[in-house]
Amino acid sequence: MNLTLQIWRQKNADAKGAMETYKVENISPDSSFLEMLDILNDQLINEGKEPVAFDHDCREGICGMCSLQINGEPHGPGRAITTCQLHMRKFKDGDTIYIEPFRAKAFPVIKDLVVDRSAFDRIQHAGGYISVNTSGNTQDANAIPVEKEKADKAFDAATCIGCGACVAACKNASAMLFTSAKVSQFALLPQGRIEATERVLNMVKQMDLEGFGNCTNTGACEIECPKGISLENIARMNREYLKASVK
Amino acid sequence: MSGIIKSSIARKVSMALSALFLLIFLLQHFLINFSSVLSADMFNELSHFMGTNPLIQFVMQPILIFGVVFHFVMGFILEVRNKSARNVKYVKYNGNANSSWMSRNMIYSGIVILAFLGLHFYDFWFPEIAHKYVHALPEDPNRYFGELVVKFRDPVRVGLYCLAFVFLALHLLHGFSSAFQSVGFNNKYTPAVQKIGKAYAILIPLGFIFIALFHYFNSL
Repeated sequence: MNLTLQIWRQKNADAKGAMETYKVENISPDSSFLEMLDILNDQLINEGKEPVAFDHDCREGICGMCSLQINGEPHGPGRAITTCQLHMRKFKDGDTIYIEPFRAKAFPVIKDLVVDRSAFDRIQHAGGYISVNTSGNTQDANAIPVEKEKADKAFDAATCIGCGACVAACKNASAMLFTSAKVSQFALLPQGRIEATERVLNMVKQMDLEGFGNCTNTGACEIECPKGISLENIARMNREYLKASVK
Repeated sequence: MSGIIKSSIARKVSMALSALFLLIFLLQHFLINFSSVLSADMFNELSHFMGTNPLIQFVMQPILIFGVVFHFVMGFILEVRNKSARNVKYVKYNGNANSSWMSRNMIYSGIVILAFLGLHFYDFWFPEIAHKYVHALPEDPNRYFGELVVKFRDPVRVGLYCLAFVFLALHLLHGFSSAFQSVGFNNKYTPAVQKIGKAYAILIPLGFIFIALFHYFNSL
């Protein structure tokens, strides 16, 4: 496959970025999107040019590091996949592909396609945990009975890899799906109920402080989420928040 | 408790509650308007009741005005905040891939509805207030149907009303079920709420269009 790539290049966080055009040739339809970018970078290095900076780590859809807005969609075309799981067969020979960083005020660009998603870490630090005494006397979690439906929903919420596709897809750059998944995974379990009130108040407060937008229920986040996190979690977080606020 | 006032969730919930209130108001407005198609006397009777009942005039009407103003002001506040949450726009943005046009453009359908409300108030509400409270004219319980019919003789006005109702339908197609989601209602009844929302969003504006066209064609 021969492709034209329109890629956002930005020297550093303070520099003004712009789209630049690159050509790549003889790309196998079986290569992954990130492998295609590796090939481009080899080409750029051989030409003595600066390679394109992009995030990646596990390359098997687990770590949530790879980001990229591809042709106007986070993680590109295809559903329930991360960019590392996207293959070039999804594109046609001769296509022009637009590659941009995830855009949000709360996700500033560090360089080229790499954005700082530490806002998610700070939301998580604000309450996305349970306080457990790890002195060696911790009770086995499996000893506490949990309703099957709730356990399944908590597990589904816990599959969020914090990649930020929800923010990138949302027209308001809202982080409600991420935050609600982190709130829900604990709110649904007995171990998480103990700190449920402070958790939801603190995590929502931090989410707002980071400068994410408000959810307008477009549902784009759920569609683009590589792990299929449901909007049901946002409704649950809204309920949890209202309940906590009047306590 | 103080944090809730400033929180994004509180803003969304208050927006949704005002929307749910306006949905109920719109339904009763439609039912009263529809009576004008069935019987002039029934329409006069209902309008006279709504226009003279102290509970409706001095309790419900101010609440309604507050609800309308709040919904629009909060809508603009949310829009400004949401726009600022993405300070650099995408060069290529494929919104259609993951969301409906209606859900992404609530502000624009809302602005059209706001403009329509200006026209609607100019046509009916301001003359009504002037009639009752400025000129303090004696109440004629049979004047309402005549006042309605006169307005719908103008094809330009009827056209503008119909256009506004199309935008109202677009607004409601997302707004109805979105209001339920915002207040935390997402459960096994959600598919039913979505179906009722779609039916409401199409049938009520279509009904208003029918009423406007009915009186226009009757006047020819």
